[in-house]
Amino acid sequence: MLDFSILTENLDMYLLGFKNTIMSSLIALVASLILGVFVAIMRIAPIKPLNWLGTAYVEFIRNIPLLIITFFFFLGLKLSGLYAGTLALTIYTSSFIAEAIRAGILSVPKGQMEAARSSGLTYGQAMRLVILPQAVKIVIPPLGNQFINLVKNSSILAVVAGLDLMYHGDLISSRTFVVFDVYIFVAAFYLILTIPLSLGVGYLEKRLAKSN
Amino acid sequence: MDFAGAYSPDNLKFLLEGFWVTLQVAFISIILSFIIGGLVGIIRYAKVPVLSQILALIVETVRNLPLLLIIFFTYFALPEVRIKLEIIPAAIVALTIFESAMLSEVIRSGLKSVDKGQMEAARSSGLSYTQALIYIILPQALRRMVPPIVSQFISLLKDTSLAVVISLPELTHHGQIIYGQSQKFLIPILILVALMYFIVNYSLSLVAQRLELKRT
Repeated sequence: MLDFSILTENLDMYLLGFKNTIMSSLIALVASLILGVFVAIMRIAPIKPLNWLGTAYVEFIRNIPLLIITFFFFLGLKLSGLYAGTLALTIYTSSFIAEAIRAGILSVPKGQMEAARSSGLTYGQAMRLVILPQAVKIVIPPLGNQFINLVKNSSILAVVAGLDLMYHGDLISSRTFVVFDVYIFVAAFYLILTIPLSLGVGYLEKRLAKSN
Repeated sequence: MDFAGAYSPDNLKFLLEGFWVTLQVAFISIILSFIIGGLVGIIRYAKVPVLSQILALIVETVRNLPLLLIIFFTYFALPEVRIKLEIIPAAIVALTIFESAMLSEVIRSGLKSVDKGQMEAARSSGLSYTQALIYIILPQALRRMVPPIVSQFISLLKDTSLAVVISLPELTHHGQIIYGQSQKFLIPILILVALMYFIVNYSLSLVAQRLELKRT
């Protein structure tokens, strides 16, 4: 049976890690959304060099491990674990978000842009007022999935002493010499975050599928 | 930064050895995951009572946990319940648990994407449910599953790097050992390791794209 005294006696450490995991995930989410939108626009804007730059960024970042990016910031730039991990999460997730947003924008029929342009809007206005509002609906479920991945990936902080939930779990297990129970409680804390998110994304997917 | 020193023949050979372990561990794990995930996906698709509910619970739990936690758990926590695994089997078990859950969802949605009429037609032409599943539904679904399975394999190749936490002698870990010798090797090695992952994963992603285009 699980030893709940492990949880109650170390609750402050669990909660501190839990708080840092939430904070790091939220900061990385907002930052990677901004960066991702920016890169997605680079990839579809009618300027060739920007397209190439955006594509190179997305393809390179998507195809290397998050851990390598984290080590680059942690060991190469000597940032603290929390900063290095959050920054690496931002960069890594932004490439997936850029792809999701690009796919969403491309799924809006071409005629929409043509009609908007011929009614006198500039490319920027057409994008902002006509294309993006329609793309948002399509993009929300994949973005939700990326956020779930982000929360799970934030455990990478533990590898660079990033003070997150996983790190505090390790700390508790090295103090108490108990591993199994400590990790089960760590898992429970992660599930508190990810299960509602998964259910939410599943619900949105169903609702949006119905509305189409 | 000492590129020449970092890229000495010995170091390059050492990195390639690490990469070979990465590829092997990822390959074994994806095969095992495909078998287990396939079974789970089919059971859940066929809605086998009780069993499919239990599997749904397990799949949802595993999918929503960080892989790093599963790796730690497999290597450090299981010995407390008398399951002691060496480093390489532990890495394979952890990756397989995680990836089976992911693949079971890929396979289940692949099966679900086959038009319902196919099953109905197969059944009314006299095939049993199992026969219809094996001869009619699965072959059609398998073709659709290939691109997402390749994507999962790319994720798996990247995720193998997480096993550095249990000192699996794969690419990232061998990189760590080299730049552990000298701070000057750090950036050159990180760049090279990143490029090695990139070349293999990018090639695979091109294959997945080509397959996807062929289908449509």
